[in-house]
Amino acid sequence: MKKIISGNEAIALSFGDSGGVFASGYPGTPSTEVLEEVGRLGVVYCEWAPNEKVGLEAAIGASIAGGRALATMKHVGVNVAADALMSFTYTGVNAGLILMVSDDPGQHSSQNEQDSRNYAKFAKVPMLDPADSQEAYDFVRAGFELSELFDTPVMLRTTTRTAHAKGCVEQREKIEPQVGEWIKDVPKNVMLPNFGKIKHVQVEARLLKLKEYAETTPLNRVEMGDTALGILTSGVSYQHAKEAYPNASILKLGLVHPLPEKMIREFAGKVERFMIVEEMDAIFEEQIRAMGIRVDIGKNKISYCLEVDAGIIRAAAGEVAPDPGMAPIGDLPQRPPTFCPGCAHRGLFSILSKLKVFVAGDIGCYTLGALPPMSAMHTCICMGASISSAHGMAKVNAVAGRTEKPVAVLGDSTFFHSGMTGLVNLIYNDGNALVIVMDNRTTGMTGGQENPGSGNVLQGGAAKQVDIAAMARVMGAEHVVEINSYNLQEAEAAIKKGLETPGPYVLVDKNPCILRYRVKQPIVTVDPDKCTGCRACLKAACVALGLESAGDKPKVTVNPNICNGCGVCSQLCKFDAMSEAQ
Amino acid sequence: MQIFNIVIAGVGGQGVLMASKVLAESALANGLDVKQNEVHGMAQRGGSVISFVRIGKQVLSPAVLPNCADILISFEPLAALRYLHYLKPGGILVYNTVTINPSTVASGLATYPPDVEARIAGACGSARGFDALSIAQNAGDARAVNMVMVGSVMKYLPLDRQVIEEVVRSLSKGKGVEVNLSALQGGAAV
Repeated sequence: MKKIISGNEAIALSFGDSGGVFASGYPGTPSTEVLEEVGRLGVVYCEWAPNEKVGLEAAIGASIAGGRALATMKHVGVNVAADALMSFTYTGVNAGLILMVSDDPGQHSSQNEQDSRNYAKFAKVPMLDPADSQEAYDFVRAGFELSELFDTPVMLRTTTRTAHAKGCVEQREKIEPQVGEWIKDVPKNVMLPNFGKIKHVQVEARLLKLKEYAETTPLNRVEMGDTALGILTSGVSYQHAKEAYPNASILKLGLVHPLPEKMIREFAGKVERFMIVEEMDAIFEEQIRAMGIRVDIGKNKISYCLEVDAGIIRAAAGEVAPDPGMAPIGDLPQRPPTFCPGCAHRGLFSILSKLKVFVAGDIGCYTLGALPPMSAMHTCICMGASISSAHGMAKVNAVAGRTEKPVAVLGDSTFFHSGMTGLVNLIYNDGNALVIVMDNRTTGMTGGQENPGSGNVLQGGAAKQVDIAAMARVMGAEHVVEINSYNLQEAEAAIKKGLETPGPYVLVDKNPCILRYRVKQPIVTVDPDKCTGCRACLKAACVALGLESAGDKPKVTVNPNICNGCGVCSQLCKFDAMSEAQ
Repeated sequence: MQIFNIVIAGVGGQGVLMASKVLAESALANGLDVKQNEVHGMAQRGGSVISFVRIGKQVLSPAVLPNCADILISFEPLAALRYLHYLKPGGILVYNTVTINPSTVASGLATYPPDVEARIAGACGSARGFDALSIAQNAGDARAVNMVMVGSVMKYLPLDRQVIEEVVRSLSKGKGVEVNLSALQGGAAV
């Protein structure tokens, strides 16, 4: 029976159907639903790791112990996991291992637009690039076979459109998991230089064998059609290319590293115009040009940035659209994502905005604090960079004689991911920053996943709850204070004290994510006789608020369908016109 | 058959994804191929949401190109205007007239255009707007706006109405079954 499922769900389903034994990973759009779905299906053991490196390392252990293993992450997660990947490619696997990575061309929900195909080349491992949910399902099984056949980790790469798009999937026959032997094989698994040198030779030999395999595997196929135009492509770009030119000849790559040189040379030789359609980097094109093969259309016509679609492919092939049609209407107010009504981050950022301090930010919902009207976050580099970069700022400020103390803001999940090493550094190297951990007991931005502080594991059972304040104290922080940022006055006083006290100062704001934990208070109401229309409450940047013209001056209104009753707006009101929070 | 392109637009939290799921499952139950795609991740945080549902004998790309949608279903007036360029000439536009302030408006950085409905009518003469929130509330839950909107376009879709109703029934839980079916009918009666 066919099901309509996303690429992410298909990968999870196939992992259970393909003898999978262990899965780990860290949430990150658009990859998150793979592990969530493995958990929901309940067939295979799975867990959230505090970061991608730990997730991959746990999966490596599972492979060494003889179980087929999966590690999931988004593209930037591979940067974190790369240390493990670059050595594990030398040792190779015992049971099959797949590193599933989701790229985000178009940067729908990411801090950059990096192309993970670079990592396959860098780590000299095979990479599969499915074009739809069915292939996502099939390539998991193929990936395990490839991994065990060639003694290598395999990367399975999706992009936002293959990860999130839903299509029909036919399930295959289930392979029962078989756990192999747990063997002490020192020359294989201990990467001391003398063993590593031997393994490197084997990795190069493996790559040559994989190149041969790429020529004949059904993962790559030629669909010969009209020879006026021949398109080499992979992933979702194949769908767009086929839609743009249903009759053209297509070389569709499922195995995108290493490339089948003979197959490409032969294909390019048969077509009048040879076109390469790939999103982001010129990975195919650079390698194919280095083979001495003529490329007519590629990155000279298709951007390194954003996604590809059928319209872009037609334009790149030189087609002029007969009628461009209606253009997007430009002069509309933007609707950026924002803090949910009732979100605990709102109070904190309205205080930081008022105090005009320099805030080194991090990755999570709270990054939205950088947007107007809060405008209270001034850097966001990568997971965990808040504390470590604030430390560097403070050191330079000391040299320059600047007295302002930087503030680092990060969430609980980001703290566990890589913020805690920054805190160790801050304490060890006699730093001077105010650290605020927004502990909302979930990994919020990706939809509310469990983490070491949430009290539950991925598959639902209760877990030890790691206490961030206690951790900070054990690390040696002398000032660790728990605050409640829904109380603006008290929280502001605590922040000011932290700014005035020299040295590391840690505040932990423990308020649960209202979206995940469905917290709701009685809604706020406005007394129109007292409201002067001063707009002070609008600084809360809450979508429940609005202005309504009543007589000569617009007054504030609260949308009762949206208000969560957190009371931040009523604390900002100077005229006592809004009902108090409960 | 030609591919039938549906674009659903709205605001994070309005149930655009659930509406898309109903249409996609209904297409499958009607024996058709389907691809459904939206970009989520930040969608629940009150941001703009746009979802594509493509139905046909064989559907390749998950993306609907601008000027190619047979139907644009918008859960909010400003969203209708924002994504109007997805509609093909002569395409059908139905929208919910109940507004939701973007954060930029709520914080006083921008104003909600007072003439949104007139501008929609100006750009698409056949556009039809109605208060889906009231219909949802009458059906028993303000959150059923998404089912009202699906109901309102059923007659234009290459899908059987009974199949859609069956899918809604199977995807709803407990009291939601009655509410959602009632919202669907309320929308169909518009």
